[in-house]
Amino acid sequence: MTGMQLIFLIAAAVVVSSAFMSVTSRRMIHAALWFVLALLGVAVIYALLEVSFFAVVQVLVYVGAIAILIIFATMLTRRALEDHGKQFNRATLMTLVIVSVIFAGLVFSLRSWPQIQSMTAPLSADQLDVGVLGLALTAPDGFALPFEVTSILLLAALIGSIYVAYERKEKKK
Amino acid sequence: MNFIYDPVPWVINWLTQLLLSWGLSENFVTTLLYLVGAVLICLGAMLFTTMLIWAERKIGGRFQDRLGPNRVGPWGIFQSIADMLKIFTKEYINPVGIDKIPFNLAPILAVAAVLAVWAVIPFSQTVFGSNINVGILFIIAIGGLGEMAIILAGFGSNNKYALLGAFRAVAQLISYEVPMVIVLLIPVMFSGSMGLNDIVQAQTIPFIVYAPVACMIFFICSIAENGRAPFDLLEADSELVAGYNIEYSGLKFGMFFVADFLHAFTSAIVFTTIFLGGWQGPGVEQIPVLGGAYMLIKTLLVYFLMLAIRFTVPRFRIDQMMALNWKILTPLALVTVVMTALVDKAIPHEMTAIRIGALLVANLILWLLADRMITTFSKRNPVQVVTGKLRPLARPEILSVAEKETAQ
Amino acid sequence: MIPLYWYLLLAALLFCIGLFGVITRKNAVGILISIELMLNAANINLLAFWRYLYSETGDLRGQVFVIIIFVVAAAEAAVGLAMIISAYRQKQTVVANEIDSMKG
Repeated sequence: MTGMQLIFLIAAAVVVSSAFMSVTSRRMIHAALWFVLALLGVAVIYALLEVSFFAVVQVLVYVGAIAILIIFATMLTRRALEDHGKQFNRATLMTLVIVSVIFAGLVFSLRSWPQIQSMTAPLSADQLDVGVLGLALTAPDGFALPFEVTSILLLAALIGSIYVAYERKEKKK
Repeated sequence: MNFIYDPVPWVINWLTQLLLSWGLSENFVTTLLYLVGAVLICLGAMLFTTMLIWAERKIGGRFQDRLGPNRVGPWGIFQSIADMLKIFTKEYINPVGIDKIPFNLAPILAVAAVLAVWAVIPFSQTVFGSNINVGILFIIAIGGLGEMAIILAGFGSNNKYALLGAFRAVAQLISYEVPMVIVLLIPVMFSGSMGLNDIVQAQTIPFIVYAPVACMIFFICSIAENGRAPFDLLEADSELVAGYNIEYSGLKFGMFFVADFLHAFTSAIVFTTIFLGGWQGPGVEQIPVLGGAYMLIKTLLVYFLMLAIRFTVPRFRIDQMMALNWKILTPLALVTVVMTALVDKAIPHEMTAIRIGALLVANLILWLLADRMITTFSKRNPVQVVTGKLRPLARPEILSVAEKETAQ
Repeated sequence: MIPLYWYLLLAALLFCIGLFGVITRKNAVGILISIELMLNAANINLLAFWRYLYSETGDLRGQVFVIIIFVVAAAEAAVGLAMIISAYRQKQTVVANEIDSMKG
């Protein structure tokens, strides 16, 4: 077992266990903190894939923005920071069965693909440059249209979230 | 490679040869040397911070017309060491109702988030931890971890002042990250890379000459990111008692304290690297160790400027702070980026003098416009000047002339 | 070297955990967290496949798709949390089952 494999296994264990804790823990704020740990683990996985740009963007966007938003929302929607009552609905057992079936199906379909055992990554560090990605995103024959669409989506989300969360003054009276 | 001209790579080379001759594998040696380097940088940064705390208190004392620390050692130079010993021997208090893991993780994360920035800083042409190709993004992303530390501290303390302080701190940090990230696009645009060493290499003429407005926005934002005066709302005693670290004691508080000072110094380093040309200076190509000295001098100058601002400017109100960010800095940053890109593209890179001149003129026009707009805006919403009656005096006959004029 | 199917197994596991959370969580914020976990699983898959199969060909579709997923995740978190806070103001609850009438 090489060092890379060891790091992968540790990161994967962290990701899976903290993701599990974040969907099962009773207090919402703990769930959010476990979620942050899972995101950091995923960033390590990206770094192992040698896509350092995405590892950094993962920390920047998910941990720096989305997770903090979620923690804020959790704190704002709790009078006291205690969560009473059951955290799961009645479908828990059924969902467990469905999810296990889906996971088994995924594993089965992976096993039925014979080449996958022998597949290794090509050693091409020069292809992983950020500049290439940036040029591809803005080139007219590349991905300029999807890129523009995402920027419009972000703008729409910005305006929409301000509109939705805006406390209208006349209702306060 | 010569020891006197470039000591650090020489030592690394020598150690590598030595360890390899002992029959260790090459991977192991590389990992070991990286570990040693990381420990040395962290230790150096922490020890440097203790001196920095003394210097800051001393300079602060001079600014405010007092002596500053002057008891322990000559000029009080060992004051921080005495403080350190005091903090080490203090009791760790775990208040009732805290959330153990977040409460104890927060101070560690606060220091680690600052120290991690040092991994990508090029200290001289040949001395840097890692020249990853997304260095600038890495610095901003690590800032996000610092915010997480503040949230953990505020939430884990089970104290309403701590929680309020944390909310305020994070709101401030996230807000000021926006213009900072936008403005950082300008050095990336000039150098064509996000790696910090490439950015320094591109600055034969420092970027502060090309983009003074962007430089100023970045400077303001990095002061705000530090949470220092005039943006020290996160620990405004009169409003929040002490901010998010109110429940901490002993070494845990000490770590927040160290993180605060280290963050200020680190942002001075980042500013130097990105806008002042880092290790660039005359004679660096021949003698790389000079680069480290240039870097240190520039950083200390920037840090001194930060101290001067910290000890003289009064604190903002929270609404003023948010208005400054969202109504002035963010639009200005956006306009600056667009304008710089246009001017930079319009003039070919060979005509360096004309290019710098055009960029300077564009920045000047932008600055005048922004200043004009702020002035008209503030005229439309005049600040109410508080004028009082004559204050009660023991001997009114020796009232100073200026006060007499205001009284009439 | 890490085999490709390790990444795929990790992504599958993460996706299933997220799916479990989406279906069973009562708290709307919890549902949002689970959705983000599922998106992360998809990202791991996309990047792993890109790295192992397409990184030599200069085909950047995998990376571009991941960027778009990042944008979607950020937009979704912003709008979703705004809606949750707005609903909480009206109904004083964030349990998804109890927010079931169209009119405030």
